[in-house]
Amino acid sequence: METATINNNFKSEEYFINMGPQHPATHGVLRLLLTIDGEIIKKVEPDLGYIHRSIEKMCERDSYQQIVHLTDRMDYLSSHINNEAVCLAVENALELEVPERVKVIRTIIDELTRISSHTLWWGVMGMDVGALTSYFYGFRDREMINDIFEETCGARLTMNYNIPGGLMQDIHPNFVKRVKEFIAHFKTKLPEYDKLLTGNIIFQKRTKGVGVLSKEDAIAYGASGPVARGSGYSCDVRKHHPYSALDKVSFNEALHTEGDSYARYLVRIQEMWESVSIIEQLIDNIPEGDFKVATNAVIKLPKGEYYQKVETARGELGVYIISTGGKNPHRMKFRSPGLSNLSLLNHITVGGKIGDLVATMATIDIVVPDIDR
Amino acid sequence: MSYFSDIYHGIQTLLTGMGVTGKYFLNSRKGAITQQYPDNRDTLKMFERFRGEVVMPHDENNEHSCTGCQKCEIACPNGSIEIIWDRQVDPETGKKKKMIDKHIYHFGMCTQCGLCVDACPSDAIKWAPNFENAVYDRSQLTRVLNKPGSKVRAGVE
Amino acid sequence: MYSSLIITNNIHSWVLSLMPAAVTGITEMMMIAMIYLTVFAVLGLFLVLMERKVAAWFQLRIGPNRVGFFGMFQTIADALKLLSKELTGTDKADKFLYNLAPYFLIISSLMALAVFPFSENLQAFDINIGIFFLIAISSIGVIGVLLGGWSSNNKFALIGAMRSGVQTISYELSVGLSLLTMILLTGSLQLSEIIEVQKSGWLIVQGHIPAVIAFMIYMISGTAETNRAPFDMVEAESELGAGFHTEYSGMKFAYFFLAEFINMFIIAAIGTTVFFGGWLSPFGITESIPWLGVFWFLLKAFALVFLMMWFRWTFPRLRVDQLLTLEWKYLLPINLFNIVLMAIIVWLNFTIQF
Repeated sequence: METATINNNFKSEEYFINMGPQHPATHGVLRLLLTIDGEIIKKVEPDLGYIHRSIEKMCERDSYQQIVHLTDRMDYLSSHINNEAVCLAVENALELEVPERVKVIRTIIDELTRISSHTLWWGVMGMDVGALTSYFYGFRDREMINDIFEETCGARLTMNYNIPGGLMQDIHPNFVKRVKEFIAHFKTKLPEYDKLLTGNIIFQKRTKGVGVLSKEDAIAYGASGPVARGSGYSCDVRKHHPYSALDKVSFNEALHTEGDSYARYLVRIQEMWESVSIIEQLIDNIPEGDFKVATNAVIKLPKGEYYQKVETARGELGVYIISTGGKNPHRMKFRSPGLSNLSLLNHITVGGKIGDLVATMATIDIVVPDIDR
Repeated sequence: MSYFSDIYHGIQTLLTGMGVTGKYFLNSRKGAITQQYPDNRDTLKMFERFRGEVVMPHDENNEHSCTGCQKCEIACPNGSIEIIWDRQVDPETGKKKKMIDKHIYHFGMCTQCGLCVDACPSDAIKWAPNFENAVYDRSQLTRVLNKPGSKVRAGVE
Repeated sequence: MYSSLIITNNIHSWVLSLMPAAVTGITEMMMIAMIYLTVFAVLGLFLVLMERKVAAWFQLRIGPNRVGFFGMFQTIADALKLLSKELTGTDKADKFLYNLAPYFLIISSLMALAVFPFSENLQAFDINIGIFFLIAISSIGVIGVLLGGWSSNNKFALIGAMRSGVQTISYELSVGLSLLTMILLTGSLQLSEIIEVQKSGWLIVQGHIPAVIAFMIYMISGTAETNRAPFDMVEAESELGAGFHTEYSGMKFAYFFLAEFINMFIIAAIGTTVFFGGWLSPFGITESIPWLGVFWFLLKAFALVFLMMWFRWTFPRLRVDQLLTLEWKYLLPINLFNIVLMAIIVWLNFTIQF
């Protein structure tokens, strides 16, 4: 390393700097303890727990219907997918078959959630590398999805639209029309994203070859989602363990092998295209039927252990339930994608500059409440 | 030669980016997505399903349809709903019947999950699309949903 | 003082009638200085407003529209607010340097304004080494940034200040050399004479290819000189919070802020004077009305300011090492080559003149 030779010749002094909990680049209340030599990062220690709400413990207190709304508050950008994970776990435990209509609607809203999360990420990514305008363009498109959610689910972010056994209410009559409008709009805007950031020479210089993660390390650190797929590790739960209506649609898993920030960026951009194609395949074929199946007012899972994993916008979310046969889970554990992805940070940013750290953190796309739970 | 092609390619990508923002600049007059919120109160309409706060609709006779079954209280994950009830003699049938005294809604604890409205068997409570919920004191967030002197509508069981 | 407008003559004779001739010079200088200070404080505020409006239009927003018609008085309200704010400071800060730093910046940027010919006769100080003076003055500003960052006793501010030092020292080279390229055409450093030369065609036309290259280099390095995005390493809000002025508040912060915008105007004004004929109207269409020179000068300068704003609201920020790569590996060699090219063109008389 070139820094090592500098250290041999000149005596340089390392110092600590606190990045966060209030810092524009940490997207929430994450504190990073940086050890820096000049501009070069020697060590990154994430300090967690500023927004810990003990959601897992709260789940042990709640009934299975009530647990669902807590998962909204974990990874708030993919709240519908989190809800679905719990509902699928409970439905599988009860061996409950939900109607086809529910499956299709769930998948459509999943993919809308993924697009909404990725557009926000795209805007913030631009902001982190210094192009403030992308933030507003990303939010413009996200706003249309939020309106769709608000009309159908009743809330923009913490939707809580799933219940064990189906959906809380049927889709709004305008839903199909609005989704089609959005898809038509979004397909014209995605190429613009590429023009503004992807192709930009400064952006490429900032992200190419920065924060390189090898496939082996991605597996070793338990990375998932776009972070792992940017390193060539095929880990899309939607592809390998399809749930809901995903076995009926055809889509490609976004894979890039470079493992740098730019590859992770491209994976997310490609995922937006794939999501658009999944929605297009399903939106015209929503089967008729009930929007839920009746469950007992008090759901009691049979004694045993249940695990369900889904692909959120950030990676693999696992829901692990231990039931002793009562109306509450005995123990509930969420395997959140954010925590294992964040654990990579020290590994891939050491030796880079402060600017690299910010760009890499943006491509890891952390949501702090997901990490702390 | 890659030195010069790099420069050429770089300038080209920069100009492409400037083209995108420049297009928006020229169309800025009709493209603005800003909502000037307090000014547009009159035209701002929330979606009908929007979960703002829980209300209990009363009809013109000051009657509601809450039977005091407490299903909403059980369904609520945060203990936001508290029902004080009593057994009173129904004047029509002469039998003792469960009647609510107060349906207390702690709005400060509510997470707007919608489980109470979903659980209600008689549609006594529903969502109101009211989003301007800021108050000066926390005690104002504790609300009694049934109006004073109201009683349950006849026929609702 | 150096101008021959009737109004200045009238003022001169009026001042002479009031006091002995020995002090008139100083009095008039003071008057001019006061007028310049007022005008450019207002200009700075207008530039802030313009930046906010332009940014809003790029970003699908409306921008300030509450205070006054079209948000005209928004920045004046902001300035009043900043005036009334408490001046906070950090413990263990070097108080003397901490307080001194903002003045370095604001004074250096206001001093530079003195030499610009806004119109044929509207020039406070027609120094014969005008360009040299401008380059010299603009490099004083970095001392303010360095002092401010160092004395704040804040690590983020320190990193920002050190980046600023690296950046400004590197890019001064390119600003100087690209202006030097154009000096080969004019043969004079005096700003009024540079404009005189351009009566037979703006320099960017006279010098054609090397002049266009010089202009592009000048705009890139000028943007870097003013520490604006995509070269805002000094502030880099997603990396350093607010950079070197993290610990400043109230009017001291306002000085830093205003200086940035006046510097931006200065860079645009130098560009206007050297490349686009200063106050000269295109094809001499308004030659008969001399006071319209101010209009043409400001129009050209604001067009360049808009270009810089366009850069800022489109491009991502460079990393600090890429910033240096751009300067030393691309701009500087091209610049040196460009000077040779320009010299050949001047020597062989290949310039385009009308």
